[in-house]
Amino acid sequence: MTIALALEQLLNGIQLGVMLFLMAAGLTLIFGVMGLINLAHGSLYMVGAFACATVAAWTGSFWLGLIASLACAAAAGAIVELAVIRRLYDRDHLDQVLATFALILIFSEGTRWLFGDFPLYLDIPPLLQGIVNLPGDASYPVYRLAIIAVGALIALGLYLLIGKTRLGMRIRAGESDREMIGALGVDIRTLYTLVFALGSALAGLAGALVGALQSVQVGMGEPVLILAFVVIVIGGIGSIKGALYGALLVGVTDTLGRFLLPQLLALFVDPSQAGMIGGAMASMLIYVVMAVILAVKPRGLFPPAHA
Amino acid sequence: MLTRENTVNLVLALLLLVAPLAANAFGQPFYVTLATRIAILALAALGLNLALGLGGLVSFGHAAFFGIGGYAAGILSSHALSYEPMIFGLPGTVQMPVIWIVAVVASGLVALAIGAISLRTSGVYFIMITLAFAQMVYYFAISWPAYGGEDGLSIMVRNQFPGANTMKPLSFFLVCYLVLLAGIGLFALIRASRFGAALQAARQNETRVATVGIHPYRIRLTGFVISAMITALAGALYADLNRFVSPSMLSWHMSGELIVLIILGGTGRLFGPLAGAALYVAFEFALGGLTERWQFFLGLILLGVVLFARGGLLGLLAGKAKHG
Amino acid sequence: MKTMLAAATMALSLGASGLVMAEPLKIGMITTLSGGGAGLGVDTRDGFMLAIKQSGNKDITVVTEDDAQKPELAVQIADKMIQSDNVDVLTGIVWSNLLMAVVPGAVAQGKFYVSTNAAPAALAGQGCNKLYFNAAYQNDNLHEAMGEYANKTNKKMFILAPNYPAGKDSLTGFKRYYKGELAGEVYTKVGQTDYAAEIAQMRASGADGIFVFLPGGMGIAFMKQFAQSGVKIPVMGPGFSFSQDVLPAIGDAALGAKASGQWAPDFDTEVSKKFTADFQKEYNRLPSIYAVQAYDAAQLIVSAAGKASVKDADAFRNELLKADIQSPRGNFKFNTNQHPIQDIYLTEVVKKDGVLTNKTVEKIFTDHGDAYAKDCKI
Repeated sequence: MTIALALEQLLNGIQLGVMLFLMAAGLTLIFGVMGLINLAHGSLYMVGAFACATVAAWTGSFWLGLIASLACAAAAGAIVELAVIRRLYDRDHLDQVLATFALILIFSEGTRWLFGDFPLYLDIPPLLQGIVNLPGDASYPVYRLAIIAVGALIALGLYLLIGKTRLGMRIRAGESDREMIGALGVDIRTLYTLVFALGSALAGLAGALVGALQSVQVGMGEPVLILAFVVIVIGGIGSIKGALYGALLVGVTDTLGRFLLPQLLALFVDPSQAGMIGGAMASMLIYVVMAVILAVKPRGLFPPAHA
Repeated sequence: MLTRENTVNLVLALLLLVAPLAANAFGQPFYVTLATRIAILALAALGLNLALGLGGLVSFGHAAFFGIGGYAAGILSSHALSYEPMIFGLPGTVQMPVIWIVAVVASGLVALAIGAISLRTSGVYFIMITLAFAQMVYYFAISWPAYGGEDGLSIMVRNQFPGANTMKPLSFFLVCYLVLLAGIGLFALIRASRFGAALQAARQNETRVATVGIHPYRIRLTGFVISAMITALAGALYADLNRFVSPSMLSWHMSGELIVLIILGGTGRLFGPLAGAALYVAFEFALGGLTERWQFFLGLILLGVVLFARGGLLGLLAGKAKHG
Repeated sequence: MKTMLAAATMALSLGASGLVMAEPLKIGMITTLSGGGAGLGVDTRDGFMLAIKQSGNKDITVVTEDDAQKPELAVQIADKMIQSDNVDVLTGIVWSNLLMAVVPGAVAQGKFYVSTNAAPAALAGQGCNKLYFNAAYQNDNLHEAMGEYANKTNKKMFILAPNYPAGKDSLTGFKRYYKGELAGEVYTKVGQTDYAAEIAQMRASGADGIFVFLPGGMGIAFMKQFAQSGVKIPVMGPGFSFSQDVLPAIGDAALGAKASGQWAPDFDTEVSKKFTADFQKEYNRLPSIYAVQAYDAAQLIVSAAGKASVKDADAFRNELLKADIQSPRGNFKFNTNQHPIQDIYLTEVVKKDGVLTNKTVEKIFTDHGDAYAKDCKI
């Protein structure tokens, strides 16, 4: 194994982590502010990908598609919040799980109804095609580097939004004391709709960005959703900072595990067996990591102070 | 005492018995199979209801125990039919009672490990950590080549129960029905016992329980393990019903469906799981026959139940639950 | 009474002309019509129904139900179709794991099963059954063909498949024929959507060719990411990796990929051209290999139903075994284990009139059976 390959795999891990962060940030934001557990977050990811693919196919522009993905996911999120979610804030987690589970069924089958049975096509924009050379004879796709950059920008943006703006102040107030900010005359209902739409838009953005790498199809949000849950549980639910660290940890662990475990095992058994068993172990690795972290810190790495 | 809820329960139990008997008499064995499915899913949800309804532990990973039960049936019978001993030279078996014991013990041990870690957390953390553990078991089952991986494991001939020809739909139904009744009885006993009272108290007011000297962690762990065992027993029956077991029994959709059954029927209610299972299977069957888009409408119905019919079917039929 | 009499007279007259009385035949189709894998099930259903419609046989009825790609649901539907709908023949399942759940029970209850796609090894060798036919292939076939082809062009292959039984069968099938060196053998998580780590390994491995078996969305993701990575190693795979249902979603990234298949839309035979045209006319899209396989399965059932009563299982089976059909694939007959013996071709993804499709390049295998038939004792 060369240094170049190791560097490339590390970048792959970071890039996966950044994607997970976009998902996890929305999820954890919604939980932190409204105390809502949203299984349908993966559906909004799917909405973003489908919107981007459709608009890109119509107009030929990935960038318009990207805008559409943000708009559609935010709109879908706002509609869902107004119609369903706002009735769930006072309910226990059980009702929230069930209602959003039902939303998954509706979104998945509804999307198939609208878009048909076959996966859609979405490619990366010409501007971001190609590869860049890295030190040590390695190379890396520009698009994946761009994703890392977008993730970093979003992380910074969220930090500024929550730390420095008026809206962020209300969000923080909402996290610590819901009744209080209502009493202070902040329109809490609008605030909640806004936060939900923001979280949805982040999921939609992630879906569109990933849609260009993967297959835009029904059900694409579910595997990511579960990974995003692992991320926010590791990071501490409600903490954006925790989501960022958790996402990077999960991304890097998963990528390096997939890459290294079979090679490690190949030292002991024949390569075919090593591939199978190593693959099996790698797919369980992040859950093991999560269990270990929670066994030591039951509320994650960065538990929000108030919860 | 014949309260309104007891009457509804009695009617439900009788209905589940009479309908398949009638279907069998009229030469419609498929409806017997459908009733068997209801009984087994009800038992699985009953197990979860112990943790979820009484203990307030929203486990999103009970599919793991359901699947472990299923694999116990599949693995034991496949070894029995191939005459290959398992680890430590133990023989397989096709006897249901033995399989059930293995299923219950195996899942109990796994639940002890999962519960010991998961119960250190609470609330939404608990939901997600149980989900993650179930995913771990799921991926293990998919990638482990010995027992069919994702292809699953066929049980060529349904396992045997002393004194019953289980290949006959009606006989197998009666076995499952009796196990379900026994499960409901056990649930009622536990709920009325001191342990049950402590479990419910731990849900309602943890601090108060702790101050009277009961350790909520141990109470919950015990409840979680018993709950997993009941669900695993249902899993073993489910594998025999389908004569097949596969990782899809372990998937997170299965965990979700078990929760759905409970809420549809009425959380924490003695007969809630049965009512929920009957309703769910009926929906699935009727909608599946009507439209390819049945999952869409199933979603709408579920949403309607959560938003507008709190308390589920039993809440509608029998009024509010007495045990908060 | 009147109808019975009429039927009897008709039977007499038909009998006189040497034909068997047409008996009603009920087919139960279980396939995936919802969820992520629905595309394959829809093609299966449409190909099957096209053949039924063309046969004009009014005595054949088909009931179709959606299995949502869930084994338990498939079993439940099979039970219902057998016990309640009284079907005679079952068909339509796309996935091996669902097939393994349904077939043992169905044949144990005396029903025929004609597979339109899935063909696990477990049912081709010792586990074969008189009532189980496969009209598609045996799961290993297309992988074997790519192994054979790779012998000619490559010396150092990197091979990759998901970590589940079909994936292992795939790489085993490939290695059964491929004699060169392996640069790597990797099993990925089922449903994995990011292959950056594996592609990096491929680049570093010094392979001169890559064989991947990644069905559905996994293959779409892999091909796109591979093209974006700038790695220039030729990619090959079994036909379903580049079938008509996934090509539009992969886009130009699939151009030049080599695959193996029993059929491609450009087959230059009358039967194939007519089939492709009819399918396009009926459904307004190009057929995939799944549609062809289902089309042939339906033709097989129709041909047997015309000559024997399904109530006489031995006679019906003998008629099925004759495989008296005009397959778009060309030569088609059954092996001793009731799986096909057929030719397998090399295809290449090309763009024709702006549409991505598979072009036939050469024949890899002639009259190819499978490795398990020798273990089948019927």
